[in-house]
Amino acid sequence: MYVAVKGGESAIKNSQELLAEERRGDKNVKELTLDQIQNQLSLSLDRVMAEASLYDRELAALAVKQSCGDLVEAIFLLRAYRTTLPRFGTTVPIETANMSIRRRISATFKDLPGGQVLGPSFDYTHRLLDFSLAANGDVPEAMEADGTVDRNMPRVTDLLNNEGLIEEETAEDDNEPFDLTRESLKFPADRPARLQNLARGDEGFLLALAYSTQRGWGRNHPFAGEIRMGELSIEFIPDELGFSIEIGEITITECQMINQFKGSSDIPAQFTRGYGLSFGHNERKTMAMGIVDRALRTRELDEHVQAPAQDEEFVLSHSCNVEASGFVQHLKLPHYVDFQSELVTVRALRGEANIDKTNIVKPISDIAATE
Amino acid sequence: MAISNQSEKAGNSTETPEILEGYNFAYLDDQTKRMIRRAILKAVAIPGYQVPFGSREMPLPFGWGTGGIQITASIIGKDDILKVIDQGADDTTNAINIRNFFGKTAGIETTEKTTEATVIQTRHRIPENPLSAKQILVYQVPIPEPLRWLEQRESETRKMHALAEYGVMHVGLYENIAHFGRVTTSYNYPVQVNDRYIMSPSPIPKFDNPKMDKMPALQLFGAGREKRIYAVPPFTKVKSLDFEDHPFAIESWEESCALCGSSNSFLDEVIIDDEGSRMFVCSDSNFCREETEKIKDGPVTSSGETL
Repeated sequence: MYVAVKGGESAIKNSQELLAEERRGDKNVKELTLDQIQNQLSLSLDRVMAEASLYDRELAALAVKQSCGDLVEAIFLLRAYRTTLPRFGTTVPIETANMSIRRRISATFKDLPGGQVLGPSFDYTHRLLDFSLAANGDVPEAMEADGTVDRNMPRVTDLLNNEGLIEEETAEDDNEPFDLTRESLKFPADRPARLQNLARGDEGFLLALAYSTQRGWGRNHPFAGEIRMGELSIEFIPDELGFSIEIGEITITECQMINQFKGSSDIPAQFTRGYGLSFGHNERKTMAMGIVDRALRTRELDEHVQAPAQDEEFVLSHSCNVEASGFVQHLKLPHYVDFQSELVTVRALRGEANIDKTNIVKPISDIAATE
Repeated sequence: MAISNQSEKAGNSTETPEILEGYNFAYLDDQTKRMIRRAILKAVAIPGYQVPFGSREMPLPFGWGTGGIQITASIIGKDDILKVIDQGADDTTNAINIRNFFGKTAGIETTEKTTEATVIQTRHRIPENPLSAKQILVYQVPIPEPLRWLEQRESETRKMHALAEYGVMHVGLYENIAHFGRVTTSYNYPVQVNDRYIMSPSPIPKFDNPKMDKMPALQLFGAGREKRIYAVPPFTKVKSLDFEDHPFAIESWEESCALCGSSNSFLDEVIIDDEGSRMFVCSDSNFCREETEKIKDGPVTSSGETL
């Protein structure tokens, strides 16, 4: 007998309660605090803040907790919250040459002013499961440096620039830059639009695209000119004051990729740049971003667009994981009506073709039974 | 945009959840609503043209009606009565979620009755009851670009619309006829609005396409993920694309609704046992309920058996 599809309302409520219970898990185990997440899952927060375009460690920790550690879900939660926040204005542009460095490495020069500062990184660890962590092992205190990090820490690209070996980075005009969170993307996209899109783009997507260029799909060999991570203070000029005040400090990671360029009829051979910047400590993301940024400059540099990573519409239209996750998963929503229309059409087509029922492809189980 | 007799309470209004503290009326801030209203005005002024807008992240996922939600949030007022349907029904999960969202963030009255609603947000259907000039129909749109399956690039499709360069669409339909003897597009069947722009009607079945033509209600289309809004003003010509020798035709069923007996509504097919037996019921749940109330006998299956 047909049971009318009713009672969806209470079913939804029950599903929500079940989710809350699963999130909490065994009540004999202590509940995670936001403090713990902020302190011990800091790289999760960094990714969430970067792709949500919202720097707030506490809210990011809440999002990670609420999403049971599903970072794409956490990014979505934080983005939706971001929508409700009023906008007071734009901060003074940051100057990454002045950041307090915690890590700074260059793969293009063995030594350089300011030196190589390894900082905290997985790079120099052996990926062996550390069972002492499972046993709540105490961590020895890290050694403190004898002196402070050199204050003079020029960017590698600026050093190359002195010699004219790398293209000049020119400031855009004084007009308000395009704002991806307020306007819809237009093609061709200018560089601010592209960099904003990549900065909040899905790390996995950018990583795969960057990787594809390294394997020959739009090859343009990049050098990691410099990767730096550290803290920067953020300044804002309130209208009523007219001068800038510090409103906080953020951690950022910046990557400058240096790429080959053969030159063209107008420009002699020189290096070109790809730029990656991200909230938090996020090297994989910023490196991938730098490579993809450069790949997307193909048209601008009069190179031949031949690979997915070089195709602006392809990359920028599909980089957002909040959009992608929503649309892929919307297939879970009912499609009874569309499917019914398709049933009617397919039946009509088959009726017209006058298909003999014995010709219908049998399910595998039936075939096995007859064989 | 509220209907006149506000004193008469909606008899069938659904339970309104508690209003959420700390958020704006209907979630969006006034600046955002103003931006969306401007996009809507532009869309109404250029029927069928896709207006880009600064779509926001909503607390429901992209692809789940965020375009429709942003439009509804921008046009709805405290006196409005909202109906939300998905696949024609008021009680599918998506419809319930969106209705509850507005119940929670706007505290407005909601209803399941098509005739009572001032704003109807829909996914994939147009209600069977004719709509009036006092109503607004808000569609949720996944892919607003009707030319997308023929040309992936937005930079190209925008040019094609600007130049009304629609030959490729007709060629596509022609090839379809050449291959299958008929146009096999069964939903999201492209239309031409006001003799100018070709428009995606959103994935409604082509059964619903004729309802769009000269509809007294304002029709607004929101594509949140794709950041586009478009509109069909009241009483505007909407023509489904066809050829003189292959005129546009809608789906029909030999069966009639097993619950209400209607023979002119869109029917969903429901499988009722392991043998694959099926019955056909109206996709518009409110229409079906009203029709059922009109008949005395209980529902019957396609074999004539009373349930």
